Amino acid sequence: MNNSDNVITPDENGRFGDFGGRYVAETLMPPILALEAAYSDAKTDPNFLSELDSFFNHYVGRPSPLYYAERLTEFTNGAKIYFKRDELNHTGAHKINNCMGQILLAKRMGKTRIIAETGAGQHGVATATVAARFGLKCIVYMGATDIVRQKPNVFRMRLLGAEVRSVKSGTATLKDAMNEALRDWVTNVDDTFYCIGTVAGPHPYPAMVRDFQSIIGREAKKQILEREGRLPDALIACIGGGSNAMGLFHEFINDDSVRLIGVEAAGRGVESGLHAASLTGGSPGVLHGNRTYLLQNEDGQITDAHSISAGLDYPGIGPEHAYLHDIGRAEYLSATDDEALHWFQECARLEGILPALEPSHAIPRTVEIAKEIGKDGIVIMNMCGRGDKDVFTIADALGEHISEGTEG
Amino acid sequence: MTTRINETFKNLKQTDSTAFVAYIMGGDPDRVVSQKMLNALPDNGVDIIELGMPFTDPAADGPIIEEAGLRSLKAGTKLSTIFEMASEFRKINTTTPIIIMGYCNPVHHMGYDLFSKKAKASGIDGAIIVDLPPEEDSELREAFNLNDLALIRLATPNTDKNRLPRVVSGTKGFVYYVSMTGITGASSDNLNSVPEQVHKIKQASKLPVVVGFGIKTPDDAHKISNDADGVVVGSAIVKELNEKGVEAALGLVKALAKAVHK
Repeated sequence: MNNSDNVITPDENGRFGDFGGRYVAETLMPPILALEAAYSDAKTDPNFLSELDSFFNHYVGRPSPLYYAERLTEFTNGAKIYFKRDELNHTGAHKINNCMGQILLAKRMGKTRIIAETGAGQHGVATATVAARFGLKCIVYMGATDIVRQKPNVFRMRLLGAEVRSVKSGTATLKDAMNEALRDWVTNVDDTFYCIGTVAGPHPYPAMVRDFQSIIGREAKKQILEREGRLPDALIACIGGGSNAMGLFHEFINDDSVRLIGVEAAGRGVESGLHAASLTGGSPGVLHGNRTYLLQNEDGQITDAHSISAGLDYPGIGPEHAYLHDIGRAEYLSATDDEALHWFQECARLEGILPALEPSHAIPRTVEIAKEIGKDGIVIMNMCGRGDKDVFTIADALGEHISEGTEG
Repeated sequence: MTTRINETFKNLKQTDSTAFVAYIMGGDPDRVVSQKMLNALPDNGVDIIELGMPFTDPAADGPIIEEAGLRSLKAGTKLSTIFEMASEFRKINTTTPIIIMGYCNPVHHMGYDLFSKKAKASGIDGAIIVDLPPEEDSELREAFNLNDLALIRLATPNTDKNRLPRVVSGTKGFVYYVSMTGITGASSDNLNSVPEQVHKIKQASKLPVVVGFGIKTPDDAHKISNDADGVVVGSAIVKELNEKGVEAALGLVKALAKAVHK
């Protein structure tokens, strides 16, 4: 998977410029160093790579289509809009690409217990799925607030044999689930593999998760060259921690003509203070093992993120994004809850696709960029997850009352 | 000052005694009560004080310390409050070392240089920054060295023999041995392995070895004091203060100190 000529890899300390690193308790340094060694060995082992490819093809359902969103393009009256349809993967999001890689690695390392944190539940479901496939014990930490707003995914994880542990501390969302997963790992270092769901955490996670997700961009590049005979003008993806965006961007990092655009969750508006836009409204700090942009107060305490999308509701961002932001290689915009809700409905109406709330944030900016680039242009947006899990949240936000199934 | 730490261990050694190290969360439940607690620690047998700096996301702590930190933050504690508490303490005590303990982000946000200068000016002697392993602490260590402050590193049961020299080589004041792989306040079934581990660290370093995590009762504390140069109790004291108040917490401190010193 390392056959691209991308130059951006972290240095030996896991740094992307000033960002990244390994800010963890001493108890976690030995397992992190062991993981780094195991990954470094696996990623050049043809057997590991071909096993991963085989699971991508036959279990995940890759390659995912690159779909020309014709009616959205007509509606926009600008550049051609393509969707990279990672929402069609097994389990309904891009998250499984990473879980497939990490759990194959866990198996290779002889680990028997998988732990994960989850926000929207997509990473939890993907982890539970792959853990079930390999007969591994799986525990998923999820904020109590998120458990309420993502009930279908909670049940799905339980059906897959995972134990979902409710995290009530702090704000009871994704960041607290990550704290709790780190506490579990510190306590069970010997048999446990921590499957982090995004391009954050201590080195080697940001680079490793990116590498496993980079299948998205490799496929997209091949597909767009076949379809259009040229590279796109822009790539657009939503960003919480930023794994679907890094997965799409990575293969194109050295293609200077391709604009890379990340869309953060602006919640009720960045100026309202109720948002999850770490790059747009945050500053550099240290959390969950890496130095990156964070939402924090004047005393360095982490402040609450807000987003209608549980998957973007995180006060940090992957360190490689922080770096791409600071060197100006990627642009970072934002979209509010209301914009996401509006474009969720437009996408359903125009394309017959219910996007997850996370990529719904990317659609308004995609439309704007497509207009800006104009008719001869080509843009690709990562449709990184499907919206079935969000129908209750969306019904709530639209003032509709729908049954939650079991009660009837 | 590193001298204050060194003098403390030197004096204890002369009487063949072990240091009792007590942890309290700065500003828990508020500045007034916490200051009262802090000021009374030496008279109740505490040789070295660990003063916690609250953080919203204490990923290496159990619920007792986490909740104490959140109570403290809710009461309005800032990093500057911790410095003020130390300064206030120094008006009545010039010999008991204060080590501040917490997480990297608030320190990083203030800036390592300014943090070090303020710590020094407040009469603080050293710090333990839980999520700053040797791989990441060189910048803060440099600032600490300029201000004669001790940056104390942690060794754990899984710090192997290849890694141990690296861990102990950069530490000052003492080495903090975390007696188990786990979070603060958890129960340890591992205290029996402490003598062997302490011995290993002593082979790698001439510094005193202080043992913490999982020590809750005077009996535990006494057992550990036979091998270690210092014994840390944190969560048990924080819990007692929260549930029963200052007098009861100081009663526990006194009993623990007696068990460590006997």
